[in-house]
Amino acid sequence: MNALPLSHGLAVAAVLFGIGVAGLLARRNLIFMLMSVEILLAAAGMAFVVAGSRWGEPDGQIMLVFILAMAAAELSVGLALVMQIYHALKTLDTDSIRQLRG
Amino acid sequence: MITASAQAFYIMSAIALIAALLAVTRRNAIHALMYMVLLFLALGGVFYVLGAPFAAVVQVIIYAGAIMVLFVFAIMVLNPPVGEMPRGWRGVAAAAGPAVLALALVAALTRASLQAPAAALATTVVGPKQVAETLFGTYAIGVELASMLLLAGLIGAYHLGRRATTKSSHEEGCE
Repeated sequence: MNALPLSHGLAVAAVLFGIGVAGLLARRNLIFMLMSVEILLAAAGMAFVVAGSRWGEPDGQIMLVFILAMAAAELSVGLALVMQIYHALKTLDTDSIRQLRG
Repeated sequence: MITASAQAFYIMSAIALIAALLAVTRRNAIHALMYMVLLFLALGGVFYVLGAPFAAVVQVIIYAGAIMVLFVFAIMVLNPPVGEMPRGWRGVAAAAGPAVLALALVAALTRASLQAPAAALATTVVGPKQVAETLFGTYAIGVELASMLLLAGLIGAYHLGRRATTKSSHEEGCE
C-alpha cells in the first residue's frame, strides 16, 4: 500500500507554488523574479511527479522532462533579455524600467 | 506507523519549503542562489523516495547543475550592485544556513536509504527504462517539439546576447 497520501505531496507542491507567486509579486529585481519563476516551474514539475508516482506511471516524470526543457529555454532567453535591459538602462529594478523606447 | 521513507519525504519537503522561502527573501543574489540549489537538491531527494529515480537525477543534474550555473554566469556578467559583501563572522553566518540545511538533507536521505533500501515510498519504482520507452514511444512528438523549443531558445539567446555586446562596443567606439 502507498504509505503517503496523494494530498500531502500535492500540498507541498501547492505551498511551493505559493512561495514562488509571492516572490514574483513582492520582489522588484529582475534576477529574483526569474528565480521565482523557476520555483513556480519546479512546483509544477513536483505535482506531476507526485501524481505519476501515485499511479505508478512514467508520464509524470516525462512531463517533468518537458517542463525542464521549457524552463531551460525560457531562462536562457530571459537572462539574455535581462542582460540587454541592464546594458541599456543600467538597472534591474522593475519599478524604474518604465520607458518602452530604449 | 510512519516508515523511514515517509519521514524522509516530510523532512526533505520541509527543507525544500524552507529553502524556497529563504531564497525569495535574500537580499544578496548569490545567497539566494545557494538556497535555490538546495531547493532543487531537496526536490531531487523527494522524487527519489517517491519512486522516480530518473526524475531525481535529472532534477539534480539539470536544475541544480546547469540552470543554476546559468544564473551564476548571468550574475557574474551583470555584476549588479549587491551591496557590501558580508565579511568575517557575518560571512560565516551567511554560509551556515545552506550548509546546515544541506547536512540535514544528506542525513535524511542516508537514513531512508539505509533503513529501507528496496522499499521506496511508492509501491512501484518507475525506472529509467520505463520512462525511456514511454518518452520515445507515446511522447515522441513531444520530444521533437521540445527539441525545436530548445533550438529556438538557443538562437534567441544568441541573438539577444550578441546584440548587447555589439551595441555596447559600438557605443564605446563612438565615444
